[in-house]
This record gives sequence, C-alpha cells and structure tokens, in this order.
Amino acid sequence: MGIYKMPSLGADMESGTLREWEAKEGDNVKKGDIIAELETAKGVIDAEVFEDGVVEKILVKPNSELPVGAPMAIIRAKNEKLEDLEKELEKLQQEASMPKEEEKKEEVVQKKEEVAQPKQEENRIHITPLARKKAKELGVDINEVAKKIKGKISVEDVEKAAKEKNIVYTSPMRQAIAAAMSRSNAEIPHYYLSTKVNMTPALNWIKELNSKRSIKDRILPAALLIKAVAKALEKVPTLNGFWIDNTLQISKEINPGIAIALRDEGLITPALLNVQDMDLDETMKSLSDLIGRTRKKKLKSSEVTKQTITITNLGDLGVEEVFGVIYPPQVAIVGFGKIVDQPWIENDAIAIRKVVTLSLAADHRASDGRIGAMFLNKIDKLLQKPEELL
Amino acid sequence: MTKEDIKKAIVEEIYNIAPDYEGENIDENANIQEEVEIDSYDFLNLLTALYEKFDVEVPEKDYSKVDTLAKMTDYIFEHLNKK
Repeated sequence: MGIYKMPSLGADMESGTLREWEAKEGDNVKKGDIIAELETAKGVIDAEVFEDGVVEKILVKPNSELPVGAPMAIIRAKNEKLEDLEKELEKLQQEASMPKEEEKKEEVVQKKEEVAQPKQEENRIHITPLARKKAKELGVDINEVAKKIKGKISVEDVEKAAKEKNIVYTSPMRQAIAAAMSRSNAEIPHYYLSTKVNMTPALNWIKELNSKRSIKDRILPAALLIKAVAKALEKVPTLNGFWIDNTLQISKEINPGIAIALRDEGLITPALLNVQDMDLDETMKSLSDLIGRTRKKKLKSSEVTKQTITITNLGDLGVEEVFGVIYPPQVAIVGFGKIVDQPWIENDAIAIRKVVTLSLAADHRASDGRIGAMFLNKIDKLLQKPEELL
Repeated sequence: MTKEDIKKAIVEEIYNIAPDYEGENIDENANIQEEVEIDSYDFLNLLTALYEKFDVEVPEKDYSKVDTLAKMTDYIFEHLNKK
C-alpha cells in the first residue's frame, strides 16, 4: 500500500478535508475498510483503503484541507519495509515543496501557474480569514471588493458585495456538477436515441410478486429497470466503461451510477457496485441501502468513483423523456421517464398500456448509433420477460 | 387510538422522511408524494414505518386509498378497528 494519499473522488475534485480518522496507528486494515471520513464537494465520504496493511503513521490531523495526492498516512503492507516507505514519503514531501517551474510536464506547469497567479494577487489583499472563506463560499471576487474598500475587508463587506450582485450561494456540490457538465458538453460528442417500452407486463409481474410479499420485501420498478439495464450491458458492453486518453476502456464490473436527489440541494449519482453479480432482490436491497446512505450523506469512496454508466429516472417528477448529459469519463447515460397510460397497438388491435420512454445519450467517440439501438432494444426485450430478471 | 393520534403519528413519520418539512402544515387532502416531494422509495419507507408502528400493511392495490394524509389516516383507522 505505502503512502495513503488524499484520494481523487472524481476528475473534478481538487481537495478534500479530513474530518476524522476511522483508524489509528498500529491498526491492521483490510482492503475496503474505512480509514477516514472526508468532506468533499460530494458530501461526507467514507474513504476506503485499497490494500491490506498496518497503519504505521498518521501524518495529518482532522480538519485539515488537503489537495488531492497529499500524503495522509503510512500504511505498510506485509512485503513492505517501513524505512523504504519513510524514504518515499520524504521524496514526496520534497517534490511538493519544490518550485513549480521544475515540474516535468509542461501541461501541468501551465495549469498550476494559472491557479497560482490569482492567488498571488489575492495575497496582497487585506482581508480577514473568515471574510476570505465567506468570499470563497459565496463566489465573490475579492479583487473587486478590494477596489472599493479601504483597509481590511470584513465578512460584512463580502456579504454586502454578494447582495449587490445578486449572487446566490453556490454550494461546492453545485460547483462540482457545473465543472463536470461543462467538461462533458465541451468534450463529448453526444448522440441521442429513444424508444417507447410497454411496461404493462413488467408492472403486472411486479404487482403479482409484491402481493405475495411482506411490505419489507417489496420490489420497486426502479430495481427492475436497473437490473434490465445491467443485463443488457452484459450483451452490449461497449456502453459500460470509460473514454480515457482517446481509447475506450470497457469495464467488466457493471456499476451504474444511480441519480439520487438530495432533499436539501443537488443530486448525486453514487454507484450501485457489481450489479452483474446480483439477483433482483439483491439489487432492490442494495438500491434501498444506497438511497438511504446517500440521503444521510454516508457514502463510501468506491461508490463515488467507480460508476461505469449512469441511470437517471425522472418519472417521479412527471417528466416523460430524458435527454441526458454524460458524466465523463463515462460513455453513456440511460434515462427513464414517467410511466403513462397510452394507446398501444398489439396484434392489430389498440389497447391501453403502461408506457415508458427509455432514452440513451452516448459518446459517439466510443460507440455508434447502431450499438445504442441494440442496447435499447435489448432492454425492451428484457422488460417484456421480467421473470427472467428475477 | 383516535384518528387524531393516527394522523399525528403519520405526520411524525413524514417529518422523519422529509426533514425539511418539519413543523410545516401538511395539506391533508393533497397528494402526499407531491405535497412533501417524496419519491416512490420514500413512500414505501413511509408505509413500512407505519406497518411497524400499527401493524397495518397496505398492499399495493390499495395505494390509491392512501395517497393523501386524510385517506391514509382513515385507512389505518379502519384497519386497526378490524383487528
């Protein structure tokens, strides 16, 4: 394992705050154990360790804000020597304190300088630490405030500036979503497909199943839809993975990110991990658990980083069709709308059926419309024989 | 148990599920899901909580009989008295 660093919980994350250590020096930790509670733009996340080992040294105190990659602890695996790890740590710390010009990659240098410059300007501004924090929270440009204020800028000055400009508080989560979606729209050539699916057989089947079950074991249609998507992905794996460095990486694990609305603000898409290994009941239980923990803000780091595709269901809000924006580096997002009663032609007769509009937005670099069409067709077929999804 | 007691208990469970509505007045004739912005998952959780409290299980076919606070109160009241 070696040096445990501030994990990157998404491409848009720059830093995180350590809230609490969940392990102490001398503890044995196993892969998947929770080692720390981190506060990020995605809320409070339980950070997991990636390998078995012993926590040799804890390097940072709770409530420190750390950039992604900053050393946090030394975790020694069986085959590692403590002195080697200490040397590695020393090297990392030296690198971090080196002047930025010496960075090897030109790209990185450019990016860092962009970030560094405004900071230098900011440093010349007289402002209380609390006012600086408030300005960051409210998205107020302190350079502008400084032009108007003589002397030290206070919290009141920042609040006044925000009010004058009608700035609405933009949460870190909103900012993270903004960054990811801008990147998506700038980089990903989306293509869109949609089809109508007769949900009557599936809903009748669930009704029948639930009527024999206790309320605690009932299945929601959402679980069946997720299972159908996962099963279709097994046949059409091209849509389950990532577009990184101009290549498609197909994932064997099917970890759909499920769009879950938070009551207070925003929406996140934590992963339902390894749906390919679950039956319908397990999918429902895991979904229930995931929604509950998402709303309590108790997610694990793997759940906010390992999504291989996104599934969004806006049906509860009465929307009929979703035109999704892909969450990079994923290559597809599947949308379900509201289930509505519609005329449906079956065997030369018109009948009323429960119908849902199933839609797909996919990355045209990674797949073509034909693949997308096969995928939607597969989901449709699966939902006509729901018993096979059990 | 009176209808008032049942209603109070339901409202309490709604506050648990939708804490941002805590203390707010809930229109008893409005669709619960729309009134307090809860989804089908929350609604199932609400019914599960009421089942644990009153031992009254609402089958899916009766969902339309419990879609407002007033109807839900009546439904549980009637089923409690049948026991």
